[in-house]
Amino acid sequence: MRPLTEEETRVMFEKIAKYIGENLQLLVDRPDGTYCFRLHNDRVYYVSEKILKLGANISGDKLVSLGTCFGKFTKTHKFRLHITALDYLAPYAKYKSTQDCRKVDPMAIVVFHQADIGEYVRHEETLT
Amino acid sequence: MEGQSVEELLAKAEQDEAEKLQRITVHKELELEFDLGNLLASDRNPPTVLRQAGPTPEAELRALARDNTQLLINQLWQLPTERVEEALVARLPEATTRLPREKPLPRPRPLTRWQQFARLKGIRPKKKTNLVWDEVSGQWRRRWGYKRARDDTKEWLIEVPSGADPLEDQFAKRIQAKKERVAKNELNRLRNLARAHKMQLPSAAGMHPTGHQSKEELGRAMQVAKISTASVGRFQERLPKEKAPRGSGKKRKFQPLFGDFAAEKKNQLELLRVMNSKKPQLDVTRATNKQMREEDQEEAAKRRKMSQKGKKKGNRPGPGGKRKGGPPSQKGKRKGSLGGKKPSGLPGLGGKRKGGQHQGGKRRK
Repeated sequence: MRPLTEEETRVMFEKIAKYIGENLQLLVDRPDGTYCFRLHNDRVYYVSEKILKLGANISGDKLVSLGTCFGKFTKTHKFRLHITALDYLAPYAKYKSTQDCRKVDPMAIVVFHQADIGEYVRHEETLT
Repeated sequence: MEGQSVEELLAKAEQDEAEKLQRITVHKELELEFDLGNLLASDRNPPTVLRQAGPTPEAELRALARDNTQLLINQLWQLPTERVEEALVARLPEATTRLPREKPLPRPRPLTRWQQFARLKGIRPKKKTNLVWDEVSGQWRRRWGYKRARDDTKEWLIEVPSGADPLEDQFAKRIQAKKERVAKNELNRLRNLARAHKMQLPSAAGMHPTGHQSKEELGRAMQVAKISTASVGRFQERLPKEKAPRGSGKKRKFQPLFGDFAAEKKNQLELLRVMNSKKPQLDVTRATNKQMREEDQEEAAKRRKMSQKGKKKGNRPGPGGKRKGGPPSQKGKRKGSLGGKKPSGLPGLGGKRKGGQHQGGKRRK
């Protein structure tokens, strides 16, 4: 287990920022406790300080997971976000879900996009 | 009325003088101690005014500072002055306050091997003269060093000693002996240094070939020999089927697991701020490398152009310099010389295009 290097942090933040944008600093700097990102076996875990100190007592080869797994770094050092991060990303999401659209104020703009099977073929360069 | 105004003027002038004098004269019970070499003024007066000031003595402190500074400046004005490049400069006297040590005292070093031996035997250093009379050259020469008195490597005639091999090079032998002595001296110096800093010398313990070494020892010796070159092994060729050594890179260092959490947070927030600033941050190294590469390419292209033109024109005594606006077909053909990014090529092409358009316009009219 080790903290992330500068390069790894940057890659990870760039990926997460695509979903939550500037609210990422709320994840880094939390009012209710110190949380940090730690790397273990190529996976990034978002873990509170208390849990981290407890987890440090377990040897590396016996440690499976700690805190919440946000994602992993692939062999070519790209960052893949996992579904387990959803609980932390959802409250800060930039773009509203379909459920929220019902509660939004009358002047807000809502783009309702139903599945378009042909979109992958037509816009494959521009789709992220 | 005029008299009155003249009197008024005089009174005003006097008042101004008095004010000025009041400003620059400061009354103190005890005189200040000045160390002008350090621009230092020490005020020994009891701070009664400050004590009476109350919770916020800002104004009193400021007044005190002003007064003391005024006195110091008054003292400075009394120093001898001189002119240095259109500026009037006061010459400060020597500083009288002794400043404390900046660095701690050096700790005593362990004695070198010679010093230990000399101490044991009771040998004291004999005072020797710097210059020695050299019979051979007939002049005073130094005892050791450059152009010393008795340098046996510089002799032009050496008799072959009776017991030696007649084909041996006596001159080379003397030079070799000198090199060995120098190397031995250097080794001893490093050993003394290592002992002083309690470090270990990198030893060549297992490196000399004995014929009874194991595979690992030989491998280690081979690795060390490979990197014992001036370029630390970078340009050493490998045998045809020899594999590159694994794990010879630098070991990466990571931050500790529970480092400073606050510092970590600060770094991450800073990284986020840079990312969100939406301005492309200037990467200085990449910018300079790019600039240097562009300049190199320009120079190379220019040189190639010069050489090409020289070859093509042959014996023509023309200027042979840059000829702008050559026919576009020629430019296209000479792709070897113009390859890659060539900024000087672009304006020419642009100009050509513009000219075409204008002509087209005229023709239309």
